[in-house]
Amino acid sequence: MSAIAIPHAPAAPPRRGLTTWQTWGAIMIAPYVLVFLAFVLYPVSYGLWLARHPESYVKLFADPIFFRTVVNTVLFLAIAVNLKFLLALWLSGFFVHERTWIRWVSVLFLLPWAVPSIPTIFSIRFMFNPEWGVINSVIFRLTALDGPNWLNDPRIGLGLSMLTHIWKSLPFWTLILMAGRLAIPREQYEAAAVDGASAWQRFKYVTWPSLRTLYLTSTILSMIWSLGDFNSVYLLTGGGPADLTHVLATLGIRYIRLDQVDLAMATIVCAMPLVLPLVYYMMKHLSK
Amino acid sequence: MKKRFTKEAVLVLLAIPILLWTLLPIYHIFLFSISSKDSAFSGALWPDKPTLRNFGTIFRQEQFYLHHFWAQIWNSLWIAVAAGAITLAVAACAAFSISRLKVKGGRAVMNLALFTYFIPAAFLAIPMYKAMGMYGLLNNRWSLVLAMVTLAAPYAIWVLKQASDKLPVELDEAAKIDGATPLQLFRLVYLPLMTPSLIAIGTYALLLAWNEYLYAYLLLSHEQTIPLAVALGHFIAADDSPWELLMATGLVYALPPAAIYYAFRRYMVSGLTTGAVKA
Repeated sequence: MSAIAIPHAPAAPPRRGLTTWQTWGAIMIAPYVLVFLAFVLYPVSYGLWLARHPESYVKLFADPIFFRTVVNTVLFLAIAVNLKFLLALWLSGFFVHERTWIRWVSVLFLLPWAVPSIPTIFSIRFMFNPEWGVINSVIFRLTALDGPNWLNDPRIGLGLSMLTHIWKSLPFWTLILMAGRLAIPREQYEAAAVDGASAWQRFKYVTWPSLRTLYLTSTILSMIWSLGDFNSVYLLTGGGPADLTHVLATLGIRYIRLDQVDLAMATIVCAMPLVLPLVYYMMKHLSK
Repeated sequence: MKKRFTKEAVLVLLAIPILLWTLLPIYHIFLFSISSKDSAFSGALWPDKPTLRNFGTIFRQEQFYLHHFWAQIWNSLWIAVAAGAITLAVAACAAFSISRLKVKGGRAVMNLALFTYFIPAAFLAIPMYKAMGMYGLLNNRWSLVLAMVTLAAPYAIWVLKQASDKLPVELDEAAKIDGATPLQLFRLVYLPLMTPSLIAIGTYALLLAWNEYLYAYLLLSHEQTIPLAVALGHFIAADDSPWELLMATGLVYALPPAAIYYAFRRYMVSGLTTGAVKA
């Protein structure tokens, strides 16, 4: 469109004109700035001020479930997020096939992401009820044995929370990686086909080099957000049995409900060494 | 020819587990909501006598947990619409100011917004809960609306700014030469050109607010002010909960966002992924 650059003298706007534009600019940005000051900057500063006492941390570290929670959180990020992205990478390769029926499958596939968490996670919770949930009913019908007591085992409970998290957010990330795959010029694949490249070679030499940056930034962003995934754990296991499946997000909210705001804030501060490097990376990457 | 057939067969074989995985929990909601209590708890894969009675019980508010069903679904709607409209207004103005008016400090505000976008939601909830208490907004529906605007606006501004940066500079220059004021430019040129992105962002904020559980659960606790999500959470408190009614209510609650999502899917998918791919 702009193949021919028409050289035009940089318009020197009259001084007065510039100020009206700047005034309107300031007026129109003001509502967001107010929202930021009132609901982000002030609460966060006040919260950090509440978390200034060293005793809060002593108390927090003395809580026997705290250490377990940190381990759970790290496992959650390391396993659930990476598994989700491997699946998303693979599924995005499935959904880029141009077939009408695959488009319909993709429409259904996005449902978990579009509908609210609370009914679907409760539904998963009921499926795993040991006495009359549908999973154990099927196990009993097939093997005449009682199935495991799923959510009463902390390890299985945490694992199922991870699966719930994957179930809920896999569609979104598949969509993102699919958009990334569709942005790769088709000629590159055609050239690879001419050279007789195998499917694996096509992935290794064409798809992955183009997709790598998107894959990494998406993984990091998803890790940050997964730290704040309260629903997948709280609605499924409630942090139980015996508070053994908490992650930092649910532990913080648990302290709020117990009216221990200083401990809740201390929990968040403890997560900062995990969050800030990731946020720093994302900020640097995005504000280029 | 044979190779092509094999490929189609492989694709179909892949689609089956994908669909099973996706739809099982959703089918399970549907199954419970058309089952009577006995049949729901029998572990059957299809009820003996499908019934719509659960929905009658809900709509007539005949169950202890559902005495305020209509008030609560109204709250959900009110909060979602208010949060969607306010996010749209705040974000469109901010994006216009940063991208077109090149306001001084606009870049810094964009960075602050992005920073907010990166704070895990459950972490921001704790200081926000404390602050809402100090503002005297706890148990007021506005607290949830404002919290949702705070969460949705950063991404909204970012997506709108990306879209707005793509509009040609000549538009602004022509408007300036014609003596248009910034407001006229905003109303007559900017908003009409940005309509697809605005639809995507409005829908995004609306769905975010309708679907939100954690903030609603923290900020609102009065039976008359809570949205349906929090009311659903109450069901689980008791061991003898009527789970078939919970699932039927959940189905009613999940239908509007699913319908809205499908109605605006084209805008949502392109609007929400373009920004991301650039990342």
